[in-house]
Amino acid sequence: MALPRNPTFPLSLLLLLVFLLSATSAQQQQEEEFTEELLMKPLPDRKVLAHFHFQSEAPLAADESSFARHHHLFPKSISQLVQKYHIKAMELSFTQGRWNYERWGGFDSISSHNAKPPGVELWAVFDVPLHQVDASWKNLTHSLSGLFCASINFLESSTSYSDPEWAFQSALGSLRYGTLPREAVCTENLTPWLKLLPCRDKAGLSSLMDRPSIYKSFYHSQQLHLTMSTDPSDGSRSGIILEQTLTVVLQPNDQKAGMSHLSKTKIQPSWSLSSIFGRKISGRCVLAKLSNVYLHAERSLVNQLENLQKNTVKFAANDTGLEDFRRNAGFELSVTPERVHAELEKSSSILYEYPIKEYTDTEQFDLGLTWVHPIVWSSPHAPLYASRFLMGSGNERGAIAISLKSTEMTQGLVAAYNVEERCKLQVNVLQIVPWYVKVYYHTLQLLVDERPQALTDFVEIMRVSPSEDKVSPGVMELVLQFPCEMKSAVLSIEFDKGFLHIDEYPPDANQGFDIPSAIISFPDFHAGLQFSDKSQSKSPLLSKLQERSPVLSYTEVLLVPLTTPDFSMPYNVITITCTVFALYFGSLLNVLRRRVGEEERLLKNKDANKTVFFRRELAKLSAKLRGRPLELTLPCPSSSSSSSSFVSPKLILRVLLVAGIAVVWQYYSQ
Amino acid sequence: MMKKKVQWFWTWVLGSVVLRLILLFFPKNLNLSSRPEVSTPLTSLRRLAEGYWLKQSSLSPYAGSMYHGSPLLLTLLGPLTVRRIEGQPDHLLCSLVFVIADVVSAMLICAAGEKLKVAYISSLQSLGLHNLTENSEFLPSGDFAALVYLWNPFTIVACVGLSTSAIENLMVVLSLYGACSRLAPLAAFGWVMATHLSLYPAILIIPVILLLGYGPDAPPRKLFCQRKNLEGGNSIPSDSCSEEEAKNQLKVANVFSWRPVVLFLFWALLWSSYVLVLCGIYVQQYGGLQELFKRTYGFILTIQDLSPNIGVLWYFFAEVFDFFRNFFLIVFHGNILLMIAPLALRLNHRPCFLAFVYIVISSMLKSYPSVGDSALYLGLLGLFAYELKDMQFSFFLFSGYIGVSLLSPVMHNLWIWRGTGNANFYFATAIAYVCLQIILVVESVSAMLNHDRKLTKLYTAKLQNIKS
Repeated sequence: MALPRNPTFPLSLLLLLVFLLSATSAQQQQEEEFTEELLMKPLPDRKVLAHFHFQSEAPLAADESSFARHHHLFPKSISQLVQKYHIKAMELSFTQGRWNYERWGGFDSISSHNAKPPGVELWAVFDVPLHQVDASWKNLTHSLSGLFCASINFLESSTSYSDPEWAFQSALGSLRYGTLPREAVCTENLTPWLKLLPCRDKAGLSSLMDRPSIYKSFYHSQQLHLTMSTDPSDGSRSGIILEQTLTVVLQPNDQKAGMSHLSKTKIQPSWSLSSIFGRKISGRCVLAKLSNVYLHAERSLVNQLENLQKNTVKFAANDTGLEDFRRNAGFELSVTPERVHAELEKSSSILYEYPIKEYTDTEQFDLGLTWVHPIVWSSPHAPLYASRFLMGSGNERGAIAISLKSTEMTQGLVAAYNVEERCKLQVNVLQIVPWYVKVYYHTLQLLVDERPQALTDFVEIMRVSPSEDKVSPGVMELVLQFPCEMKSAVLSIEFDKGFLHIDEYPPDANQGFDIPSAIISFPDFHAGLQFSDKSQSKSPLLSKLQERSPVLSYTEVLLVPLTTPDFSMPYNVITITCTVFALYFGSLLNVLRRRVGEEERLLKNKDANKTVFFRRELAKLSAKLRGRPLELTLPCPSSSSSSSSFVSPKLILRVLLVAGIAVVWQYYSQ
Repeated sequence: MMKKKVQWFWTWVLGSVVLRLILLFFPKNLNLSSRPEVSTPLTSLRRLAEGYWLKQSSLSPYAGSMYHGSPLLLTLLGPLTVRRIEGQPDHLLCSLVFVIADVVSAMLICAAGEKLKVAYISSLQSLGLHNLTENSEFLPSGDFAALVYLWNPFTIVACVGLSTSAIENLMVVLSLYGACSRLAPLAAFGWVMATHLSLYPAILIIPVILLLGYGPDAPPRKLFCQRKNLEGGNSIPSDSCSEEEAKNQLKVANVFSWRPVVLFLFWALLWSSYVLVLCGIYVQQYGGLQELFKRTYGFILTIQDLSPNIGVLWYFFAEVFDFFRNFFLIVFHGNILLMIAPLALRLNHRPCFLAFVYIVISSMLKSYPSVGDSALYLGLLGLFAYELKDMQFSFFLFSGYIGVSLLSPVMHNLWIWRGTGNANFYFATAIAYVCLQIILVVESVSAMLNHDRKLTKLYTAKLQNIKS
């Protein structure tokens, strides 16, 4: 049917327009992605690690209208933050407890990315001219403080942040780093963090986050990591990637009460999601593109499992392959995994994958792990185990020592390198000290294998920016090269404890002050798993695990007690000191102006006529007023002339003149 | 002229050097260099070593808030701090420098005392008060003061404790000696260096100018005027040669000679521009002279470091409310300046004593006092032993100094190391110490004025005898 003038034509045009618009918006919506993943990992010391990983991605609008942009999944507050302060990358972590590098491992992706120092740690890289970086940082801290209900705004003052050069990605000059070791982390910080998720904690994996079970954990760290995704074609920035992770180390309750005491102590406690979190997964977050649960068995655990398998089931030797790991002898899984990822090398770590798709409200997902045999294994360690401690007593001075001890990993290195070349181990140390810990950098000492050594033999590069009182903290960055066969090394540096103004002490001044963790990184070592499977590249968590990132560990936070003045004394101190100085001034002036002869004369006069004393004093005053030398009027005791001079018309005239001037002044000033 | 040395003078000097050397070999046990009484932020050698280290690693020595001293001191002592001799205690070379500085200052005090004594005796003779000079109790005050300086426990502690105040004291003494012996370039050098090192000796310019203008300490100028008038009125026949001498003396005493003063000012200008050029070259790439002044004099004047010392200002500024801080800074530094004019007016005939009083006042009110400053004024006090022999409270002061110097370390230990006492205990000893210094300065000024009165009285009595 062909009508020459179709009345619906403009309408259809309009419709087309609307459709086109919605199509473009739909395209944008497609670009915004959200994935949720959970990694469970049994730890050697009868604990379980749960690592939640949420990733949101949003394209970055290049045009100016970006502020008015509407997001579907990506949190608007974060995108506005990025737009406003031109953040290139940022990481904020709230941590409670300390990651146990010895037991929980220090050579995997989680320990180098998600093991954080206690309290709040924030670093950010800005894409602004260098002189504006500080201003951006200050604004950012205030915004984040409001967003997360935490006192991140304390990082605003220049005494609490610094600009290290090598510890993080090399973003010279535009990186700022600050920590608040004292910050207490609680649900009030978790709730705004959950608010950034599209499903909050109402559906999906985040519904597992039962507050009591999370906060009674041994270690928990909630993180927010912002990066710019780069366009693979031209390398330009194309979008924002927001990674939110929550890492919890929990102690599962032992469910098997009926087992014999002996085996119960040896065997690892069995656990399930419902037993450690008290909840089950009732379904995925419908907005998530990917919703997976993984169970990770570490390399040494897999080794032990294989040994066990060899010992118990000898005939199953030829039946190798991935299928084997689903039914291993060490533990039983309550749910059969959908897929198993194993690393490329033989006898390497295994990842069981459970996609959350098919579960509904009636049938809930509850992954359980039941140990059958007692297995002892250990997590992989960082090349050197770093710890830090204080030396000295008293409140005047002390020393900070960073001790590095070799682990089984470096011993393996020595064996690998044996003859051909001297194996070197590079260690980067970043130590930030607040200004009231006045470090003497010239006292830096190095003990290698308990023998003092010259610094120049081991220190490759050293960068020091000394602290400035009430302005900036001290930063020391060291690049050290140790021989691999080294057993232990101790770096020590002396300091004086500063004395603060009473207003600068925190309310609990006698508790002491915290020195933030030192960061020890090993740039030659990369933690990362290598999985053969290609398909996992879609999963952000797996790609994160496979990322080759340098091994990083944080040392302990040190507590330095500082001497306190008496906080209740300011008035006493002010009055006493001022009295003493008044005493000095008064008595010295008195000594200087005293004239013995005159005093005697005065005394004589006083005896002679006490009645005229007052009048004479007046006369003295008037003489002073007229600027006439006192000696002339003083010797003559006859008061008639001086008193007449006191009431002389000249003086009255002068007083009247002054009064007149005052009246005129008053009149004109109004 | 009687040229009588204190018995065994050189033995005593050698003994003090040996004692210092013995103490130097137990620095670890004594740990004096970290005592708050000895090492203030300005005088601590450890901070100087840190500054030198920063300089060596191509940072500004003033980066960070460690070093606040002069760049010249850094070039002099810096290389010595890093040089170690095998088997010897650290900083041995530095301590030897301090020992030498101490001995040289003692010798200069001795020489200045000698000059003072000679001048004083001749001026007394010109007044005809011979009987005073022939008194047996007229001590060789120069030797006495030198020994007091060398054997003062404060000096020994400051020297062994590696405090740079030994060098500051040397510069002050150098300037006084130069003024006493009318060597304008030397006096100017000492004054410029002392001011450059610790700022407060700047006020010594007044006594130094008076010394150069009027000559060393003498009885009040009024007496000479009276004598002149008397001579003009009726000429008394007397022995001629001493009379001629006395006439010359009168002229010298009453006429302010401008030539050495102008020379001094010229040399001071020359030296200070020289020092500034040297410093400017040293800190050229680290912000220049402005930064230097901010880090040294600014640090002294604004009292940024609140670590405890024997003064009271650290605790005062740790406690005072922030909005009053500037006010009190002005008040306390004004307190030093306020007293300059009255003292200069009243004591202008005794410029050396005036210098002593200024030194006491500035070491009492300065922002980071140490025992090194006390050592200097106690040494100089020995120069006026004869004039101040009638001083009141001298026994009280002596026992007070001993008491405070024993109690103060105890209170510091209780507060800092044991944590059983609090800051008020230590502050109380600091207050007591300031009070003692106040009594010392007030009583010594009073005793000196009384001594002048006594001279006047004696002289008028003599005049009346002559007339009648």
